[in-house]
Amino acid sequence: MAFGTIKNVRKVFSAGELLSRSREPVVALDDANFEFEQGQLVALLGPSGCGKTTLLRIIAGLIPKTSGSVVIGGREVTEPLGDYGFVFQSPSLMPWRTVIGNVLFPMEILRHSSRSARKRALELLELVGLSGFVTARPHQLSGGMQQRVALCRALIHQPKLLLMDEPFGALDELTRLEMNDLLLRIRRETGASVLFVTHSISEAVYLSDKVIVFSRRPARVAQEIAVGLPYPRSQQTRFTPDFTRAERIASEALGVLPANSETVMKVH
Amino acid sequence: MRRLVTQLGYPLAGLVLIVAAWVLACWLGNLPTVVLPTPDKVLTAFIKRFDLLMSEGWVTLKETLYGFLLAVVIGIPLAVAIANSRPLNLMFYPLLIGLQSVPKVAVAPIILVWLGTGIESKLAIVWLVAFFPVIVDTTAGLRATPRELLELAHSLRATPMQIFLKVQFPAALPFVITGAKVAITLAVIGAVIGEFIGSSEGLGYLLLTATSQLDTPLAFAALLALSFMGVFVYLLVELAERLAAPWLPPSSQRH
Repeated sequence: MAFGTIKNVRKVFSAGELLSRSREPVVALDDANFEFEQGQLVALLGPSGCGKTTLLRIIAGLIPKTSGSVVIGGREVTEPLGDYGFVFQSPSLMPWRTVIGNVLFPMEILRHSSRSARKRALELLELVGLSGFVTARPHQLSGGMQQRVALCRALIHQPKLLLMDEPFGALDELTRLEMNDLLLRIRRETGASVLFVTHSISEAVYLSDKVIVFSRRPARVAQEIAVGLPYPRSQQTRFTPDFTRAERIASEALGVLPANSETVMKVH
Repeated sequence: MRRLVTQLGYPLAGLVLIVAAWVLACWLGNLPTVVLPTPDKVLTAFIKRFDLLMSEGWVTLKETLYGFLLAVVIGIPLAVAIANSRPLNLMFYPLLIGLQSVPKVAVAPIILVWLGTGIESKLAIVWLVAFFPVIVDTTAGLRATPRELLELAHSLRATPMQIFLKVQFPAALPFVITGAKVAITLAVIGAVIGEFIGSSEGLGYLLLTATSQLDTPLAFAALLALSFMGVFVYLLVELAERLAAPWLPPSSQRH
């Protein structure tokens, strides 16, 4: 059985539940289905506001689903399970804590504060190249550095599943490429499964074993694309025919390109 | 050195300019001392009656600080209750805002009837004026907790107490401090109002008796003492801010 199974998940926000002044219920998710194995990195790709983030929050147990089932590691998710890592679009660090204080926050909540936790925090900070900023305050760091701290915070309690909600969307292109490589390295070293929400086609293909493409709202799984590229990947991978092919399939699934555009081009 | 010039030099230059204008007004207008004493007469009164000013100032300082502390100690827990309970919020928040618009000076005589002319009535008035900024700002701060931080805490199955102590309250602290800064300046005003309405001690009382005896230099000296006290208590709150929230940049650098 797969490590994670998302089956027929549907989410309807009742009228007025969202901040918008909608008079009618909003169907955010309409029948989401996919599975993933332990250690896989799965990208959830779709247009902005299509309900991917809602799905991620449902998988995290933060908001209830209207119907369907989410099973992670053999447990049905109805509330937070406490052993996930979460990375948001904004770093969302606590300005009143130092860098290491932020990384150790989950350990305090889980009451696992100890010397070994501190040691692990230092190792993680070293892994992301922030050894020199252990006692710095978040406002002293750049956006990319802050997001690396957030990544360490998500990994400190050794979660089996890492949920990432467009974590590099606010970063500049170069930093983003760096962060992609960093994420792949971290995944290799921790063996964690990752669900990664993004609206960047190339980021989705570059990172993942599998890309789940969502349609416009109400979101449905439009296509599941197995990315056959071998790991470890490097920026070189972006310029291989296999990479381009995967990007093309994803673009077609998103409706950016007309279907079968490759064959059409060959005809001309 | 350069910083010292901007930090001390400019305010000093401003002070000199104002005192010069003051002296000029006295000379040109040929004003009698009862109407507007010259700065040197005020200074003489300040030095000659220093002991009196200090003893009366001590009374006002106590009223101000105790009333302020009362406002903080009662205001913060109430704000926590209002921010975390929707029914309480709906019941009392609009009421609080409504009460806020009642002029406190108008309520002061009633409080005097209830509590007498001792320190109790002053504390009540100070509390009344200082309480609103504390509760309103603290509530706003607690409500403004970043959603992501709450979700992070929830995803780790944090208890409500953990969420409050480790997320909500520290996140609200800058708001609480802003409220406290407004509250402390209002507290001084509250204490003087209380003393005006009915009292036999304090700087407000001194001010009142001095003017009724046409001892304007003493009245001005009392005013001077009051403003010194106002600055002093404000600095106390800033000091508390630096101790409680060292991650915030000092307010002088914020502009």
